[in-house]
Amino acid sequence: MAKITVNTDRCKGCGLCINACPKKCIDFSTELNKIGYHSAFLKNEKDCIGCGFCYQMCPDTCIEVYR
Amino acid sequence: MEKILSKPKALKDNPLSYCPGCGHGIVHRLVAQAIDELGIRERTIAVAPVGCAVFAYNYFNFDTTEAPHGRPPAVATGIKRTNPDKIVFTYQGDGDLAAIGTAETIHCANRGENITVIFINNANYGMTGGQMAPTTLLGQVTETTPFGRDPQREGYPINVCELLAGLKGTKYIERVSVCDAPHVIQAAKAIKKAFQNQVEGKGYSFIEVVSHCPVDWGKTPIEATKWVKEEMFKTFPLGVIKDETK
Amino acid sequence: MLSNVSRHLHRSLQVKNKMVKKLVKGNVALCEGAIAAGLDAYFGYPITPQNEVPAYMSRRMVELKKVFIQAESELAAANMVLGACATGKRAMTSSSSPGISLKQEAISYMAGMEVPGVIVNVQRGGPGLGNIAGSQADYFQAVKGGGHGDYHLIVYAPNCAQEMYEITYNAFDIAQKYRNPVMLLCDGIIGQMMEPVDFNKEPKTTFEQRDWILDGCKGREPRSLKSLLMQDGVLEQHNLDLQKKYKTIEENEVKAELFEVEDAEVIVVAYGISSRISKNAIKQARAKGIKAGLIRPITLWPFPSKILSKYAKPSVKFLTVEFSLGQMVEDVKLAVNGISRVDFLGRAGGGIVSDKDVLNKIIELAK
Repeated sequence: MAKITVNTDRCKGCGLCINACPKKCIDFSTELNKIGYHSAFLKNEKDCIGCGFCYQMCPDTCIEVYR
Repeated sequence: MEKILSKPKALKDNPLSYCPGCGHGIVHRLVAQAIDELGIRERTIAVAPVGCAVFAYNYFNFDTTEAPHGRPPAVATGIKRTNPDKIVFTYQGDGDLAAIGTAETIHCANRGENITVIFINNANYGMTGGQMAPTTLLGQVTETTPFGRDPQREGYPINVCELLAGLKGTKYIERVSVCDAPHVIQAAKAIKKAFQNQVEGKGYSFIEVVSHCPVDWGKTPIEATKWVKEEMFKTFPLGVIKDETK
Repeated sequence: MLSNVSRHLHRSLQVKNKMVKKLVKGNVALCEGAIAAGLDAYFGYPITPQNEVPAYMSRRMVELKKVFIQAESELAAANMVLGACATGKRAMTSSSSPGISLKQEAISYMAGMEVPGVIVNVQRGGPGLGNIAGSQADYFQAVKGGGHGDYHLIVYAPNCAQEMYEITYNAFDIAQKYRNPVMLLCDGIIGQMMEPVDFNKEPKTTFEQRDWILDGCKGREPRSLKSLLMQDGVLEQHNLDLQKKYKTIEENEVKAELFEVEDAEVIVVAYGISSRISKNAIKQARAKGIKAGLIRPITLWPFPSKILSKYAKPSVKFLTVEFSLGQMVEDVKLAVNGISRVDFLGRAGGGIVSDKDVLNKIIELAK
């Protein structure tokens, strides 16, 4: 069992976490966040393996990983 | 479920002003992680560069000082020599370290100062809009090489790791990248080693991070990380260039 | 060989661990003043006519188990001072004219960051590479900026080896009191002259704790030192605060020597070596019955403007004597504010203004 949380207010929608996820669990939100970006969010929690690759690539330390 | 990965204590809880997808944010976190793991936050003093990371003091959760462009190795020397018990590091870009600061970089290394130098190589001058850097690749188009870097006019990119390896004062030199998660994990190990060397008094440690600069390269963050892998590694091969700490 | 000189001087200076009166070069007296003040680090680079300073320090500081580095350049040395002083340590660098030009960026940063470094200029002939003779042509550089931005250094002008010792001894306390870089504007002649110096200062051993230094964030919030202030209005406020500090310094730290000025009809204004020459001329003028006097600024910034304006009368004539083609004379004119006539006597590029030259000018003005 694993999941991530994303600090959507700080996310700049760079997409590096989405690209890094080996299970393709993360996607861009359709909404714009407070700073005008399509932030990332965990679309498929059931597929998350808590590998932390998204955390590794996030330049803004928006992601917290739980396992 | 327990929280296994989150923001290091050595990073302040301030939003970073770097561009979306910039490599700086990743490296800041790796530096902070290393400092947390080694338990040295309360005796660390950092010297910030002039460049995109000039605001590093807003992000690092320990004592920091500004320095004139290129001079962090000299400022760090002044700090470390008079405070040998403190952990002192510089965090510099390719202009700061390899252009205006070349003499300070070389002589600090040559004196074998027991400090850590983190070098962010993104093949251009980011803060000022993407001009040529000493590490710009041949043929690379920048604000000041609109026809692509031409060796006749602009010389060749500098491999700083290899340059410094020739100096007896340098003890540990490694080149890493943050272009994907496995590389980031390797970079984390290298950066931690570079700080650990200082804690153990092993001498001058230098980590070059081949980093991506999406906005000034005119690429998306994902394209930029691809360009690092496909183009930059050819000129800047990764690996341990020197290790005399054993 | 300079290192032989420094070895001999050092041995002869310490007699049973007590400092005595000795014949030394001004440059060496300066070193001992800094050491007595508790100098933690000296960073320097060779340039004539101050080479005795790094040579002497390279032995003394290492023997005292303090920090000595011959840096890769003058500007690297200035940045090492910046680093050391940012942590609250006492650090000094020295150079001569072109090397001081190299240090200007770091000096401006120190002023903006409020880091109390001590910088010594043993002036030589300029501009450019110039020559190695003593000169006073860096007054503007020292007092009117030198580096970029609206700032001031506290600038002292020793005029003999004893002052090279005593003024340097006090310079570090002043720098740290105001969190401001301090410059000692010396000249090649004072640096090179050998004079008796009474090494009479108690070595400083205790220093104030300061709440701005970078010494590791144990038990407190992290600190940062910077001069980059990007937010709207912040830099302007910082500049206004600096100006307030400068005003306090102006009100409290002016130093000048007054010699026979009370009834003087011709007042010479001179500092450093030209003040010594002028004093001789004034004594000779007095012997001839001419009422001449000397105002010798010891602080060039803050300039003793109030003192000069006190003595400015329509009947009094001022004569500025400099080893330059006219720099301090502008500040004399500003202070005197048109009330008295201000004349100038100077030589460039190591040319010497002799006491005879000054005497003849005093005689001419006294007519």
